[in-house]
Amino acid sequence: MPALLEVKGLKAFYGQTQALYDVGFDIPEGGITTLLGANGAGKTTTLRAICNMVRTDGTVRFGGEDITRQATEEIVRRRIAHVPEGRGTFTSLTVDENLRIAAYTRKNKAEVDAERERVFGYFPRLKERIQQQAGTLSGGEQQMLAIARALMLKPRLMLLDEPSFGLAPLIVVEIFRILRRINEEEKVSILLVEQNAALALDLASHAYVLETGKVVMHGPAAVVKNDENIRKSYLGY
Amino acid sequence: MEQFLQQLASGLANGAIYACVALALVMIYVSTDHLNFAQGEMAMFSTYISWQLMAWGCSFWVAFILAVLISFCMGVFIERVILRPLHHAPVLSIVVVFIGLLAICNSMAGAIWSYLIKEYPSPFPKADFGIAGVIGPHQLGVVIVTLVVLSLLFVFFRYTPLGLAMRAAAQNPQMARLVGVRVDWMLALGWGLAAAVGAVAGIMVAHIVYLDPNMMGGILLYAFASALIGGIGNPGGAVVGGFIVGVLENMVAYTGNMIEKITGIYIIGNGEKLTVALIIVIFVLTLKPAGLFGRVVVKRV
Amino acid sequence: MSMFPKKWVLPLIVLAFVIPLLRPLMPDVISNYRLFLVSTMIIASIAVLGLNLLTGFNGQISLGHSAFYAVGAYTSAILMDKLDMPYYATLPIAAAVCYVIGWLFGKPALKLEGHYLALATFALALSVPQILKYKWLEDLTGGVQGIVLSKPEVPFGLPLTDDQWLYYYCLIVMIILYWAANNMLNGRSGRAMMAIRDYAIAADTMGINTARYKTVTFGISAAYTGIAGALSASAIAFVAPDSFSFFLSIKFLIGLVVGGVGSLAGSVVGGIFYVLVDNSAQALSLFVKNDLGVQFDLSAYTVFGILLIALMYMMPTGIVGGVYAIVQGLRRNRRGATTGSATSPVRDVAANQQRP
Repeated sequence: MPALLEVKGLKAFYGQTQALYDVGFDIPEGGITTLLGANGAGKTTTLRAICNMVRTDGTVRFGGEDITRQATEEIVRRRIAHVPEGRGTFTSLTVDENLRIAAYTRKNKAEVDAERERVFGYFPRLKERIQQQAGTLSGGEQQMLAIARALMLKPRLMLLDEPSFGLAPLIVVEIFRILRRINEEEKVSILLVEQNAALALDLASHAYVLETGKVVMHGPAAVVKNDENIRKSYLGY
Repeated sequence: MEQFLQQLASGLANGAIYACVALALVMIYVSTDHLNFAQGEMAMFSTYISWQLMAWGCSFWVAFILAVLISFCMGVFIERVILRPLHHAPVLSIVVVFIGLLAICNSMAGAIWSYLIKEYPSPFPKADFGIAGVIGPHQLGVVIVTLVVLSLLFVFFRYTPLGLAMRAAAQNPQMARLVGVRVDWMLALGWGLAAAVGAVAGIMVAHIVYLDPNMMGGILLYAFASALIGGIGNPGGAVVGGFIVGVLENMVAYTGNMIEKITGIYIIGNGEKLTVALIIVIFVLTLKPAGLFGRVVVKRV
Repeated sequence: MSMFPKKWVLPLIVLAFVIPLLRPLMPDVISNYRLFLVSTMIIASIAVLGLNLLTGFNGQISLGHSAFYAVGAYTSAILMDKLDMPYYATLPIAAAVCYVIGWLFGKPALKLEGHYLALATFALALSVPQILKYKWLEDLTGGVQGIVLSKPEVPFGLPLTDDQWLYYYCLIVMIILYWAANNMLNGRSGRAMMAIRDYAIAADTMGINTARYKTVTFGISAAYTGIAGALSASAIAFVAPDSFSFFLSIKFLIGLVVGGVGSLAGSVVGGIFYVLVDNSAQALSLFVKNDLGVQFDLSAYTVFGILLIALMYMMPTGIVGGVYAIVQGLRRNRRGATTGSATSPVRDVAANQQRP
């Protein structure tokens, strides 16, 4: 079965500075893959490059189609949802409006309404705060809102950039539990970028490790988790 | 007392015009961080288009609607064709382009329709409305039309998906792309709407100030003052600011006239309106840049 | 900072002095009208030079230099009209008055950047004609009707026409002003000014007293353009409020952008350019209306507007920058060398426009 997302020879540039040198990986349909590495390794840049938010070179194929040169919003309309670092909620819009904006491209109102109910099923806290301004939510709630909004795009693939960042451990555990449910129940494939390698390796089935813009090793998550050498050399624990 | 009320009513009518132009300025500012110096001349050009349509036989309201639609298209065109390639240009380049637009609109209007001052009809019947002697039919009409347009815009932005998408795109363009919004088109739409609102203002005011290529210069300055008072990033503030400035302007002129009548000394009157606007602009920019309702933007070093 | 080949300067100055003296030989070519026209070009160059000092070299956008031009013109006119001061004596006073006003405007302008400074100066330019017509100033300014003056008299009984003398007067003033600006810009002050333009926030940490430089530059810039205004009062022998509208600022902007932002030589080119276009447009408009019978009031501002927009795309470094790039390109091809680094001088000038 061809991979859902195939990345080959990906290079990325911020202006004149090169951030990614040769990144390649495959995301299988239905799986959870994690991208690990130290700060500055290029994890966030990789997610941005997939959505063409930075200048790229190389190939990115989604569902068999080449999306390397497409505009970000067109890539998103192919049902790749990107939850950026810092959540990216529209802070002066309400929770309700944040969810509605994600359904902007969808025509079927009944489907969208059903979708909303499902989303509230995963994040009941959001339903309580539906008319609240997103900027006034707590960090954890904003992260939930960002994921909920991504779900409203009915994605085939969700890209998550450091969802644990700045959140209390209990909230992180709760969010990761919900991510697993989303993967299993909604059949959404996930590419997870994380600093918190332990948590990520618990959730994911496959792991890639980045170092200074290149993939230096990869393997099944269980193997990576249990290999002390790998952990010490690449993940720092 | 009656004269005071007349000035108040007149101030509200003027304020309605300023509110419209100020709103157009704020719409463009919020989505692009640019101040559209050409807004006044664009509105003037739209008014000439409506005049021409009437000269060709259209009724007032048909000409009005057509001119507003044409202005919308002009706005979209300007954003897509002229401004799009300059998205990342330095501020000076963008200011220069706006001044260029200003010059072209002004000189083309003069070229096509000459610099002779023309009369412009009012669509509102000349009868008194029972508020006789205080507010004229045209002034009342201006306020009503303005409020209708502003309400339509409010409903559009608040309750429609497209309006929501435009708000999101203005607030956080990068994130808006990540939810599938075609941000570039949202910017063009914003420009189209701003041009359309400007056209409404121009057409409404033409009867009062008479139609000539230089009619919007002072109004633009007052609109800037209004937008600044309301907080440059705040559309509601711009509207409130417009009415405040309109009333203020008339009160100042009225007070000046009173002083002259009583003491015979002329301090201030209709001839100093632009100077008053200048003072307001400098005042707000230097002392309270966030205006009444805006937020101070902290520059990240 | 000058892209102008130094070896051309002296020959050009010599030519500038000698050619008008040949007038008796070809009075039709070197006509009085042409001399007057060239004088207005020189005056325009000085005005654009003033604007360039502030916007091109110091990064502060001004749409309001028509105000300083007006103050200079009216100061000179009032001194000549009310105090019978000789025309040349009004120049330093006009310069001083404009310096003070520019400096005073520069103080609150410290807090404003980019669009906001443009707005404040825009407001200033729009209100100047009204201020000049203010009732309480009418005794001084002559109100709407303005002040009628007389042209400078030829001194020492020299065998020159009025227009020849006017030309030399303007030329001498410009050479002095240009030389002074050049010295300033090549020295420490100039480097500080440009550092402020390029690295606004960091300039303070580099030990530059940003506030002082910005306000002083505002003052000097206003003084330069004010001197141009004072010269114009003598040249045209008349001042009236409506000559100093915002459209004058548009002309200065054209001069700045066409000649080259951040180029002294470009200011001269820019000034010459806008006077030429302005005059040609008037002639063209009359031709279209009278000879072709078309009721189309062609105006220089259509050309100006189109140019302002087109130049931002095609030649953001102006004519001088464009010519320089072409010359560099030719030189490089002749030597057969590979293309220069990404930071060639032309690129620097383009990069030196104000960043948002």
